Amino acid sequence: MGSLMSQPKSASMFDARILVPAIGGAFIKLNPRTMAKNPVMFVVAIVSALTTILFIKDLVTGAEGLGFSFQIILWLWFTVLFANFAEAVAEGRGKAQAESLRKTRTETQAKLLTSAEGREWKDVSGTSLKVNDVVLVEAGDIIPSDGEIIEGIASVNEAAITGESAPVIRESGGDRSAVTGGTQVLSDWIKVRITAAAGSTFIDRMIALVEGAERQKTPNEIALNILLAALTLIFVMATATIPAFASYAGGAIPIVVLVALFVTLIPTTIGALLSAIGIAGMDRLVRFNVLAMSGRAVEAAGDVDTLLLDKTGTITLGNRQATEFRPVRGVTAEQLADAAQLSSLADETPEGRSIVVLAKEKYGIRARDMTELNATFVPFTAQSRMSGVDFEGATIRKGAVDSVLKYLQSQSIAGGTGSEATIREGQAIADEIAKAGGTPLAVARDGRLLGIVHLKDIVKGGIRERFSELRKMGIRTVMITGDNPMTAAAIAAEAGVDDFLAQATPENKLQLIRDEQAKGKLVAMCGDGTNDAPALAQADVGVAMNTGTVAAREAGNMVDLDSDPTKLIEIVEIGKQLLMTRGSLTTFSIANDVAKYFAIIPAMFVTLYPGLDALNVMGLHSPQSAILSAIIFNALIIIALIPLALRGVAYKAIGAGPLLRRNLLIYGLGGLVVPFIGIKLIDMAIVALNLA
Amino acid sequence: MTQAILFVVFILAGTALLSWPLGRYMSWAMDPARGQGGANGFTAIFQAIGGSVTRRDQDWKRYVVSLLGFNLILFVVCFAILALQQVLPLNPDAKGAIDGSLNFNTTASFVANTNLQHYSGEVVMSYFSQLAALMWLQFVSAAVGLAVLTAVARGLAGRKLGNFFVDVQRATFLVLLPVAFVIAILLLLTGVPMTFNGSVVATTLEGVQQTIARGPVAAFVAIKQVGTNGGGFFGPNSTHPLENPSFWSNVVETIAIIIIPMACVWMFGRIIGRLKHAGVLFTVMLILMGARISASIGFEAVPTQAFTSLPITQDVGNLEGKELRFGASAGPLWAVVTTSTSNGSVNAMHDSLNPLTGMMPMIGMWLNEDFGGVGVGMVNMFLYIVVGVFIAGMMIGRTPEYLGWRVEAKEVKFAMLALLSHGFFILVGTAVFAVTPWGADTLNNVGPHGFSEILYEFSSAAANNGSGFEGLGDATTPWNIATGIVMLLARFIPIILPLAIVGSLSAKRRATESSGTLSVEDGTFAGMLTATVIIVGALTFFPAATLGPIAEHVMFMK
Repeated sequence: MGSLMSQPKSASMFDARILVPAIGGAFIKLNPRTMAKNPVMFVVAIVSALTTILFIKDLVTGAEGLGFSFQIILWLWFTVLFANFAEAVAEGRGKAQAESLRKTRTETQAKLLTSAEGREWKDVSGTSLKVNDVVLVEAGDIIPSDGEIIEGIASVNEAAITGESAPVIRESGGDRSAVTGGTQVLSDWIKVRITAAAGSTFIDRMIALVEGAERQKTPNEIALNILLAALTLIFVMATATIPAFASYAGGAIPIVVLVALFVTLIPTTIGALLSAIGIAGMDRLVRFNVLAMSGRAVEAAGDVDTLLLDKTGTITLGNRQATEFRPVRGVTAEQLADAAQLSSLADETPEGRSIVVLAKEKYGIRARDMTELNATFVPFTAQSRMSGVDFEGATIRKGAVDSVLKYLQSQSIAGGTGSEATIREGQAIADEIAKAGGTPLAVARDGRLLGIVHLKDIVKGGIRERFSELRKMGIRTVMITGDNPMTAAAIAAEAGVDDFLAQATPENKLQLIRDEQAKGKLVAMCGDGTNDAPALAQADVGVAMNTGTVAAREAGNMVDLDSDPTKLIEIVEIGKQLLMTRGSLTTFSIANDVAKYFAIIPAMFVTLYPGLDALNVMGLHSPQSAILSAIIFNALIIIALIPLALRGVAYKAIGAGPLLRRNLLIYGLGGLVVPFIGIKLIDMAIVALNLA
Repeated sequence: MTQAILFVVFILAGTALLSWPLGRYMSWAMDPARGQGGANGFTAIFQAIGGSVTRRDQDWKRYVVSLLGFNLILFVVCFAILALQQVLPLNPDAKGAIDGSLNFNTTASFVANTNLQHYSGEVVMSYFSQLAALMWLQFVSAAVGLAVLTAVARGLAGRKLGNFFVDVQRATFLVLLPVAFVIAILLLLTGVPMTFNGSVVATTLEGVQQTIARGPVAAFVAIKQVGTNGGGFFGPNSTHPLENPSFWSNVVETIAIIIIPMACVWMFGRIIGRLKHAGVLFTVMLILMGARISASIGFEAVPTQAFTSLPITQDVGNLEGKELRFGASAGPLWAVVTTSTSNGSVNAMHDSLNPLTGMMPMIGMWLNEDFGGVGVGMVNMFLYIVVGVFIAGMMIGRTPEYLGWRVEAKEVKFAMLALLSHGFFILVGTAVFAVTPWGADTLNNVGPHGFSEILYEFSSAAANNGSGFEGLGDATTPWNIATGIVMLLARFIPIILPLAIVGSLSAKRRATESSGTLSVEDGTFAGMLTATVIIVGALTFFPAATLGPIAEHVMFMK
């Protein structure tokens, strides 16, 4: 989790700019309508209010022991306020981010095109744009709303959403056609078809998300709320029956003491921190430059069993590199390198460039000027799957082995010189390379096969360790690649993934997801292209790259602003952390009850049966100090745990069993022991301060 | 003391060993595999008689409706027999009609597999009532519990729940009848009478004529024990020398009380296909019960509070209310075992147990799951599993799953509702009777002991246990009606809700398990489950326990 801790944007937890408004927020949140969303704390607020009313009545009639009641009531209200404060702090951190986002959302003018084909436009306000309007955005203009480029290419500054100031290229067609409102075009012009009306743009959604305004309870949060409400009901029964029991024993228990017992027993700790945990979980994702469209998606991320990862960019470095020239018999490596270099001079792909570099490094072949050679570049097409160069009667072709061989065969029919033996040899070399996980690239000159260039996928450093970590988490990784099965298997073995899908098409990718889901697995994947959209929508967690198309962004339930597919792993960890924090604090909260019982029950009943002082195992000073200590501990523990709720319980990839043992030890056993110590210390302080 | 420990270990270990083959047999009988001979043959015969209603698979709702309908019929028939016993045959002593509220209480009690008896059988019941109403219900009410467990296990295994009527027949004829038969034979060998002849008249040493009641005791006692029923043939239950004549009959009966509840765990494990998980559950239950047995034997090793101010030494433990032929430790052992399993038969006077010893049976009834009643004990444990898994599952960072089923809002709601209702019946019932003349006027003791009597009675009714602390004049209309309602609700709520949970779970997509999912087969899970049972199940009762047995202990025991 080291990567999570060192987020550049993370504001300090104890920033005064967040804490001070949060104090006010704690009071504002006393509004019953707000309180009603949290059943446990709502109940605390109600009993606090009722006890206060009783106290005022006693004050008027002049009853005894008001000092003690007053202190209890004070701490009851503190309990409520501390819970509100926790939520306000969590929201405050989001608000600070939203504020900086809002600054970018200035009022823009848009150039609304009268027709999509022409270039006549009229000035309109950015907010008046409707979906499907087409606007022109030129250098220096702010893109008025989210949309898709239908014509043109431009460099765009997306710092407003990604925080990254380097401009990115956006162009019509392909996988980079989406633009986000609020970002700025730096050069050239584009025509944008608007896809989001004012108020529902990406930035608007982002603001709403980080502020927690759109926050809806997630399925697990609802279930936990039910558990907490049921526990509250159980303790309603446990305390509401006490007056009857006491009356049988010939005594009466003051209401304020019953309320103190009740409030300390119900799970106020987790109840108070529950929404803060949820907000902080979303916040962690946002800090990580990932936007989840719903809290449900974050939870699902923690449940993921199968991770589909694109090979390129995630498992391997983006580009394959030439590492070796393998000539066929009768051809020297230099000859092959020379031809390969010539065919790659005008090839701007990373592979092409790496061939030029290798030819220079290994055989000292210098770059030559294409115009001097009077050469014409033959670009790569999807049909020929080859590129090459023609000059002075010579033709050089390079490309996928099967397409080059097919090309040679067609040549030989036309009287070429491709011999059967050479072709077989070339095929053998290619197979050997493929088996080793490389990509073979055949090079032919004048209808004759010269040899094979070994292009190698470079597996990212440290990725193997990440996968073994994932395996310990119970997550299976599947590598998705367009490579042939042999190459895919070799890279899969080198990277340590559990499985791979070779020659992936959008269809078999979708099928793979469905198959995994049918086996009862939750699948996560990331994608950017429009053809990824069905798979993104089918996956339980679909992370769309921000550079991707509008279709991909809408199909996914998360958007990664940095467009970094490796992040899927961190997203899973954040999801797990969210649930773990909830579970651990619930355990802590429930385990606390044992000590609280031992503080309050003897204090409550000792007047009925003096011998019950034997249950006062903590040796608390007096019944009053015991009850007061318990309620003070109960309130203070909320404050003490706010940092943990916001930071989250650290996730360690050590497998479910050890993880449960670890958390049970810390939060279960800790939850049993800590309050015994805490209540005793508070009791000593109360005695020292003469409060009871 | 060593002898007591050896005795307990011998009984528990022996029963645990016996429960293994019985569990295997029970899963064979209750959930026969396709093409399996004997049990399927029986099913076929029954289905031929029972017609189409017994042939179709039921979803959880239909299963519940059949179950409730079946129990309603049981209730009506039993109520009618008791109400009309004066005109029905087999009534040589011309017993009159049973009072309405007592009839309601008794019928509820036997339908709910509780056998709380606010009457003395030999005084108010005709032979026909005893046999046709009460003994019959001892079989079928236990069979209902076994059927429910089978359905729950099938659902968790990802299969259809089955057919309630078929399951009840299998439980009655293939499980309870044969097991009861074996136990009856064993009891016969230890000297328990089994006769249809009338009472014997004997002349005592003083020359007084004494009528000694007899009857088909062995058969009655056998099903009383194996069906976790507890309703005795004689008023004094298993303290009576003809229900429980000797050390060996006591051993047989103690084993009989607990063997089917123990075997239920293995049966559950076999049907869900996870014996290792069943082993973990079995261990948790054994630990919880063993702890109470050890504690109660320890607490009972000191003499009763009456001795505290007397200048005598008594070092054989508390013998008040014990049958001397069993000794001081067989009493507390039985007391814990009978309350752990919702049985409720007694071989000692629970009222006379030392205060903290008396708390152990109460805790057993509060938890009501180790090993619990026939079938329903394991089903109750399932409720705790749902809650425990939910909390533990979150702690490993996943949506909680049990056997691959995702535990979500609905399941948590139902499980908590069932667990909550148990506490509600006990605490609210006790509170109402503690402050009203309904309870206060029926007490034999004042102070915390009287409070314990009320608390015990409601615990016994809510746990469908049926044992009494006694010392309580409970044959009053308020007691009859209150405990009658509690018994019925406390029986069917924790049967319907688990079936609803299984219905909801099995409608979901089942997940496969991996190293990232929560293991339900290791010590960590056992610890987590134990803690859940104690904290969720027992802590609620801490204030009540403080004012009852604990207060009595600190006040009177030295």
